[in-house]
Amino acid sequence: MSEKKETFKNPLSLQIDPKLFEKATDEEKAQQVSMRESVSFMRDAMRRLRRNHIAMISLCVIVLVALIAFIVPTFYPYTYTKQDVSAQNLAPFQFSAKEQAKIDRGQHIFPHIMGTDALGRDYAIRVIYGTRISLLVGIFSALIVIVIGIIYGAISGYFGGKVDMIMMRIVDIIYSLPDVLIVILLSVAIKDWVSTSKSDLIARLGAGMVSIFIVFGLLYWVSMARQVRGQILSIKEQEYVLASKAIGASPSRIIRKHMIPNCVSVIIIVAAMQIPSAIFTESFLSFLGLGVSVPMPSLGSLASDARTGLRSYPYQLIFPALSIFLIVLSFNLLGNGLRDAFDPKLRS
Amino acid sequence: MNGKLLHYFVKRLLMALLTIFLVIAITFFVMHAIPASPFSSEKAKSDAVIAALEAKYGFDKPVPIQFLNYLKNILRGDFGLSTGWVGNTVIELIIGGFSYSARIGFTAGFLAIIFGVILGSVAALQRGKFLDKLIQILTTALVSMPSFVMATLLLLLFALQLGWLPSMGNQPGGLILPVISLSLYPMAYVTRLQRSSMLDVLGQDYIRTARAKGVKNSRVIFKHALKNTLTPVITYAGPMMAYILTGSMVVENIFSVPGLGRLFTNSMLRTDYMMIMGVTIFLATMIILMNFLGDVLYKVVDPRIDLS
Repeated sequence: MSEKKETFKNPLSLQIDPKLFEKATDEEKAQQVSMRESVSFMRDAMRRLRRNHIAMISLCVIVLVALIAFIVPTFYPYTYTKQDVSAQNLAPFQFSAKEQAKIDRGQHIFPHIMGTDALGRDYAIRVIYGTRISLLVGIFSALIVIVIGIIYGAISGYFGGKVDMIMMRIVDIIYSLPDVLIVILLSVAIKDWVSTSKSDLIARLGAGMVSIFIVFGLLYWVSMARQVRGQILSIKEQEYVLASKAIGASPSRIIRKHMIPNCVSVIIIVAAMQIPSAIFTESFLSFLGLGVSVPMPSLGSLASDARTGLRSYPYQLIFPALSIFLIVLSFNLLGNGLRDAFDPKLRS
Repeated sequence: MNGKLLHYFVKRLLMALLTIFLVIAITFFVMHAIPASPFSSEKAKSDAVIAALEAKYGFDKPVPIQFLNYLKNILRGDFGLSTGWVGNTVIELIIGGFSYSARIGFTAGFLAIIFGVILGSVAALQRGKFLDKLIQILTTALVSMPSFVMATLLLLLFALQLGWLPSMGNQPGGLILPVISLSLYPMAYVTRLQRSSMLDVLGQDYIRTARAKGVKNSRVIFKHALKNTLTPVITYAGPMMAYILTGSMVVENIFSVPGLGRLFTNSMLRTDYMMIMGVTIFLATMIILMNFLGDVLYKVVDPRIDLS
């Protein structure tokens, strides 16, 4: 305080003389501001994902396949049930004698891009419908897993203690049940019930689909629940949660600002990994004849039907096989990309 | 075996037994929830005949008593009589089918582990080079292919188009294609596990120490690294068993192998409930026991892992 009054300045003093300095201009001030704007976790992860070319290509493939599967049937000239006995087992882009006669008369006939099957149904539209089933199974299974897994895991992790112990023992037991066997068992058991069911939706889906969704609801959410619970348990112990509690943050704020954002990455990764396995299970069941009910096609049932004429009409196997390979491959690669983007620590 | 390990062993065993019991209960009650009697599908029978058959197979008693009887019989190794293959007991049919499935399954599992470990190690040692990238692309493609797609494509290519191998399981050499189609997916999976595990171990201090001492590269890999990379592969034993056993259902059908998987799908076609129950319980028990063995072996091999 006394220094303020002092007018004489000792030349040897190290005290800085403010007169020697000039004020910084606004431009110079702006340069001092941190060069990188603050980035939220979500945007950061999305940026990492966008840089991953393989994941982005996979995403584009999935979007493209989904668009084809859901839009093409609306204007496609053939339906998946329409049989034409004069056009059985045609090769791709081949016309039956009847169709050829019409073309000769000057009529325009849409080509069978993938040929026709043993009942003379256009194969391309059947593969498209099969793809649609696969995508729907994948997406709905992910939704079921997300909803049940998050609720269960969050309750278990949040309450901790005895509740957690009991809930996790149940998860351990469910985890060790052989899921595919139980899906098969259920679909055998509810086959009768489904075929006599009055509900149109259930009858159209078929025993396999209904049991797949039941089993997803009963069994598949356990890995999600485990991950979410583990995440919540570890977040609870974090110092920043303690700090925000100390400055009086409400529990709802802690859950909204700390718990949920920190679980998002785990949820996205586990859900993305779930989709291919759900698609596998559905096609496997359909191949065994336990999936969708006829005449609804599935990639698995198409591949199974193709076996009878495998020597003469190999393309009837190749098309559904390629479609399922492409879908599962894209989901796998996207899942890997999401894992790398959202959890760099997990990267192997 | 120290006390902590024994404690874990007992706990894990009880857990496995509880799971097996649960599978039996689920199987039994699900199959008994079906309204139709297993005999009602055959039209030529009168009600009296159906009642007599139900009495013979014990289906006329209250369900809980049937369950207790079924449980007691299973403990004695008696899974009841088959209704689809009249004159055979379920356990006879299961053992007959399993002799084929076990041969295919164990060969496939063995090949998957051997080649998976080799390929995974090679990929890790060649990290970032051409061979690593090639192996990564191949394994990514293989884990995206369902077993039935793999099996039918192999059948199409090697049996029908090229004619190198027989398409039926009962011909000489007919088990080669089923074994290959079952082993490729687990092999790809083991390769990925082994690659990341090998990379992990190669980054450890003791490997650097060994190298600094001047130990030969091959000795570092085989003597110091390889042993410690195998633990993650052990834990995959259970899931691999599950994959191979369920995969054999489609593969055995495609190649006409008279194994357990084919028996299972046939018993579904014949609505042979005793058979379906028996095979489900048998397969589930195999999977659960394999999981148990994998977990316990994991803890024995790597005592550092926390046993809590």
